Amino acid sequence: MTAALFVFYLLAFVTVAAAVMVIAARNPVHAVLFLILAFFNSAGLLILVGAELVGMLLIVVYVGAVAVLFLFVVMMLDINFVQLREGFLQYLPVGALVGLVLLVELIMVLGTRVVPTTAAAMPRAAPEGVTNAEALGRLLYTDYFYLFQAAGVVLLVAIVGAITLTLRHRPDARRQDIAAQVRRRPQDTLEVRKVRPRSGI
Amino acid sequence: MAEIFWGVIWPVIVLAAATVAIVVPLLLAVAYLTYAERKIIAAMQLRQGPMFVGPYGLLQPIADGLKLFFKETVVPTRANKGVFVLAPMITFILALIGWAVIPFGDGLVLADINVGVLYLFAVSSLGVYGIVMAGWASNSRYAFLGALRSSAQMVSYEISMGLIIINVLMTAGSLNLSEIVRAQAEHGWYALWHFPMFMIFLVSIIAETNRLPFDLPEDEASLVTGYNVEYSSMTFALFFLGEYANMILMSAIATILFLGGWLPPLEMAPFTWIPGPVWFFLKVAAVLFVYIWARATLPRYRYDQLMRLGWKVFLPLSLAWIVLTSAVLVFLDLAP
Repeated sequence: MTAALFVFYLLAFVTVAAAVMVIAARNPVHAVLFLILAFFNSAGLLILVGAELVGMLLIVVYVGAVAVLFLFVVMMLDINFVQLREGFLQYLPVGALVGLVLLVELIMVLGTRVVPTTAAAMPRAAPEGVTNAEALGRLLYTDYFYLFQAAGVVLLVAIVGAITLTLRHRPDARRQDIAAQVRRRPQDTLEVRKVRPRSGI
Repeated sequence: MAEIFWGVIWPVIVLAAATVAIVVPLLLAVAYLTYAERKIIAAMQLRQGPMFVGPYGLLQPIADGLKLFFKETVVPTRANKGVFVLAPMITFILALIGWAVIPFGDGLVLADINVGVLYLFAVSSLGVYGIVMAGWASNSRYAFLGALRSSAQMVSYEISMGLIIINVLMTAGSLNLSEIVRAQAEHGWYALWHFPMFMIFLVSIIAETNRLPFDLPEDEASLVTGYNVEYSSMTFALFFLGEYANMILMSAIATILFLGGWLPPLEMAPFTWIPGPVWFFLKVAAVLFVYIWARATLPRYRYDQLMRLGWKVFLPLSLAWIVLTSAVLVFLDLAP
């Protein structure tokens, strides 16, 4: 148990420290890298409580796909760091107010809950004798089937929306038509002529 | 005191020993993979390959490694130093940690976890970070362009790889790599049942590891060598080692998912005499040979052709195969 506790505090500390660095880092690329570190350590925390599937999915989806796109965009931005710092004091009251509201809400939510103090009282990631994937699959495809499908439809709409917003048909763009290339025969394009010397074609 | 020793310290020692027992042969394998690659390509092009350092040039990889080790690391001006040094380390570490879940034989595995396939998928999806960070931190246009190409390529091919893996998972009924191999002892190798997917997987792993004919990130002719232009000495060596270790890792994944891991090809007398890890090694070597064979014989793809192949050919094909596989499993009542 002590080893697990040690690992927990290590992961939790790094998560919080990385999260602080996300907003404290001067360079936006460094901020994204710290965000990735925070994701990574939260995945570690999930694995520590036995939710291994969710932990792995967190890495695959958020670190492997979402954060890559963040990094992509942030790297290609040409950001003036001095300009970014301006107006910090101007937005401070609004930011502080939002932070305060969130803090109060968190305290209210956590205050009404009894936090288990022993490992035995903690909720289990999966029932005994069933793997994570099986437990999650049983829930998703039975009780929450319609919600699951609805989430899929929402994602599909997002994909179609993104494509229709960015797709431009440029008539002057040269595209490769592989079918046309394969269909092409020598007799369509080649002509064998007998060329007499010094006369040209 | 004894309790703490046997409960905490002893398992750590055992784990460390097991890790060393995997990593050291792996690094040797990486060194001699470069040698094998040079020799095989040389043979295909009617040349000799390395032959002066040691008998048949066998000490060439050691000489190359020593040379890189003793060179000076140059950090470009205005490079982002921290990220610049971190990038090769990430590439190398990610290429190594994947091996934690690979079963070399029946029960011969460091961490026999239930989500082994997802773990490997997660590790391979992180590989893009080393390249992107290197390209950005180098403060060089060539490196940055190479990094952008590479990340687009790796993200694209990951999708079709994920879909192909789903086919195997559905047929085997487990996310545990050892269970997948055991299921193949029952069903026969999945390379037979999912033959088209095996072929697509082979192409995808070549694209995923940025090897020829899909090595656009380091396209010498147009980008010098892409993301690692600015790297020298050990930092370059780490990228190099990481790339080759990734090749071996991907071949091992292909072996486990499709070629029956440590299983002999037939459950008959002469084949069963050879122990499982040897079969595993032979199969990985066979897949690696395909890598090198492709490199020696095929010209490089153009970038738009690469993207077309990933998104318009492999993605629909693997999706259709998922529908087919699940339909067969459900309607013939074969689902595990």
